[in-house]
Amino acid sequence: MHELSIATSILDAVEREGKLHPEASFKAVGLRIGEVSGVDIDSLTFGWEAITKDTEWESLKLVIESVPRKNRCTQCGNEFAVRDYEIECPACHSLATVNLSGDELDIAYIEAEELEGAEA
Amino acid sequence: MSRVVVEKKVLNENQILAEQLRERYRQNDVFCLNIISSPGSGKTSLLERTLERFPKDTRVAVLTGDIQTENDAIRLARAGFPVKQITTGGTCHLDARMIEKHLVGWDLGALDFLLVENVGNLVCPSSYDLGEHAKVVVLSVTEGDDKPLKYPSIFFKAELAVINKIDLLPYVPFDMAKARENIQKVHPGAEIIEVSCTTGAGLDQWLNWLEARREKAIGAPVR
Repeated sequence: MHELSIATSILDAVEREGKLHPEASFKAVGLRIGEVSGVDIDSLTFGWEAITKDTEWESLKLVIESVPRKNRCTQCGNEFAVRDYEIECPACHSLATVNLSGDELDIAYIEAEELEGAEA
Repeated sequence: MSRVVVEKKVLNENQILAEQLRERYRQNDVFCLNIISSPGSGKTSLLERTLERFPKDTRVAVLTGDIQTENDAIRLARAGFPVKQITTGGTCHLDARMIEKHLVGWDLGALDFLLVENVGNLVCPSSYDLGEHAKVVVLSVTEGDDKPLKYPSIFFKAELAVINKIDLLPYVPFDMAKARENIQKVHPGAEIIEVSCTTGAGLDQWLNWLEARREKAIGAPVR
């Protein structure tokens, strides 16, 4: 269970961005989490709710994009989702395929609304 | 509604520290390994056997992580090389800051190898870069040959899987061919070495891998 530490790191990043954008009210944090990143999304959401409860960030939602594991075939260039660890290229059946994605653990963006009265 | 583009790794702070550590290792020609497994797979035993077999003038140091106790550091210090225990006090993994903190007082210029034994846990340590050159996962035959499929993240990220306790193969329903196949499914091309820390089988191969992998990383043999 390291999702609590990860939730804390997300909150640290949000607070840093908050200082850079004092005119904005943050509504949501967009995350990209790869399926082999070793991070459990339910645990992360649970941890996030626990650490933001009764704070100014309580209403800040996590919007999580789960990134599938994808490979590219080095023979024919086909890109495909890897399911059940099957790395064979579905187009040409080559086994020479390389990993493209799946271990992401990124903060992509923060959705913000301008605070009332703030100058544009 | 507007969008603030962040585009950073969640563990950005850890990543920055890990890059600093990597740079220090590079400047000092230190080869660093991050050894990860579930509790009881034999990380400490593997390190004990490794240190015993190293020539006495080998320039090696060990950082060993646990939630509580100094037991592993006491075991490992018997070989006579510098060892420090990192007690996390509850945290289930090591992070780059803990490594940085525990390197204080050690002269990296006097080392060729830095071996880091992570906290026994097959999940969380896989998310934290410690600035290492490679991750090694240890799997023991008492754990089941489907572990790589159940815990894919670490097998996906480790360059080498050490399969330990092979002396127990006659007594457990562990299918070695299946385990190897499962590791390759999760991580095509991963290297695999079978060892027994009890009988010593496979340890020469592991030590050869260690030497060769260091030479590949540093670009020169041990001085």
